[in-house]
Amino acid sequence: MTPAKPPLTARTAGLLSCHACGQLSRGTGDHHPRCPRCRAPLHPRKPASIATTWALTLAALILFVPANTLPMMTTVSLAGSQTDTILSGVVFLWQSGSWPLALVVFFASILVPLMKILALLYLALSVQRGSRHAPRARTQLYRAVELIGRWSMLDIYVVTLLVALVRFQGLATVDAGPAAVAFGAVVVLTMFAAMSFDPRLIWDPLSDPDTPRWRPHD
Amino acid sequence: MRPAPPAVSCSPRLPPTLLACHECDLLQHEPHLAPGQSARCGRCGALLARNPVDSLDRSLALLLTAAVLYLLANTFPLVGLELQGRRVEVTQFAAVLALWEGGMELVAALVFLTTMVFPVLEVMMIGVVLLPLRLGRQVPGLAGFYRLVRSVQPWGMIEVFLLGMLVSLVKLSHLASVVLGVAFWATAALILVLTLAGRAFDPRLLWVAQKGVA
Repeated sequence: MTPAKPPLTARTAGLLSCHACGQLSRGTGDHHPRCPRCRAPLHPRKPASIATTWALTLAALILFVPANTLPMMTTVSLAGSQTDTILSGVVFLWQSGSWPLALVVFFASILVPLMKILALLYLALSVQRGSRHAPRARTQLYRAVELIGRWSMLDIYVVTLLVALVRFQGLATVDAGPAAVAFGAVVVLTMFAAMSFDPRLIWDPLSDPDTPRWRPHD
Repeated sequence: MRPAPPAVSCSPRLPPTLLACHECDLLQHEPHLAPGQSARCGRCGALLARNPVDSLDRSLALLLTAAVLYLLANTFPLVGLELQGRRVEVTQFAAVLALWEGGMELVAALVFLTTMVFPVLEVMMIGVVLLPLRLGRQVPGLAGFYRLVRSVQPWGMIEVFLLGMLVSLVKLSHLASVVLGVAFWATAALILVLTLAGRAFDPRLLWVAQKGVA
């Protein structure tokens, strides 16, 4: 008895699907094929997807440390000067009674970037090992990463507006600290990492049972 | 030896309803969609195809509204602070400029791009894509511009900016009384209108127009 036929994907059928307009076309043997309808470059899968995701995610993980330990904001007023990290900003909001906003900032600035980095590492690792485990759940995880990643930019905007408003008020000065650069880089790097990850790779092991497992010496 | 594959990429033998899910690559046939309906992938649940109602006119109307709101959002003050009879107001660009002058050029550029430049590209779809389509003109760069708009779309973050504005106002509310400006409300409306416009636009319009000429 033969096992059930694996699901037919565009790649196993020898077709290329345009990521820009969705048009299917046959591969022509050309090294740089373009979509016959919208002229976008075609790839069976995003090129060097997993390697790029690894590189960008690891860079984001490294920058996540200075983003959380260095000062995000320095306030100088008659009462003295005060430096704030992301976490102390959350604590300030909590203590001043606006705990809903404290939660929002905590989620957007600390929890979301961390979960996003961990999710991308897990996705890259599971694809590299040729995992067949819960492909639908992993695709949903990827979708969630793409959807919520942008909200991490929140703290950058908060600092921008505080700097401007307080400066024009003239009672104190607020300056953005080095953590703002690191934090901005974390957000941008994780967004690029999510874009370079190709969710179709999650499903590939299901289509051909002989997909070779990734080996370090290949 | 097998013969070399034909050099024609747009083979007529591919059925026109055949498509591959962009998230799991499963080949499937696009069902017939009534206006307003959408189809999801049977295997991974990704959005497969949509058929928006009256797409061209609705997206044109919504993006024209967005253009007006974008102008309001960028010329009027976002927020003001009032303290002992003194009132200061800040526009979006002034906020970016203050960050730039404070030595944070990289962060200022990031804020400028994500809240002012990328959203306006979407609004520019009116002139470059929608108006020519509506007037039945053939413009060569349509598909390329649409690709550009699609690729910068994730980087337009005015809704995050609006939330950031609320957070910073709460942080300042113990210092001074806060007045929301015209641009604040315009930005809030712009978020809504751009979301609706994104849903109303049907990219298939681009390819139908192309076929008409070929």
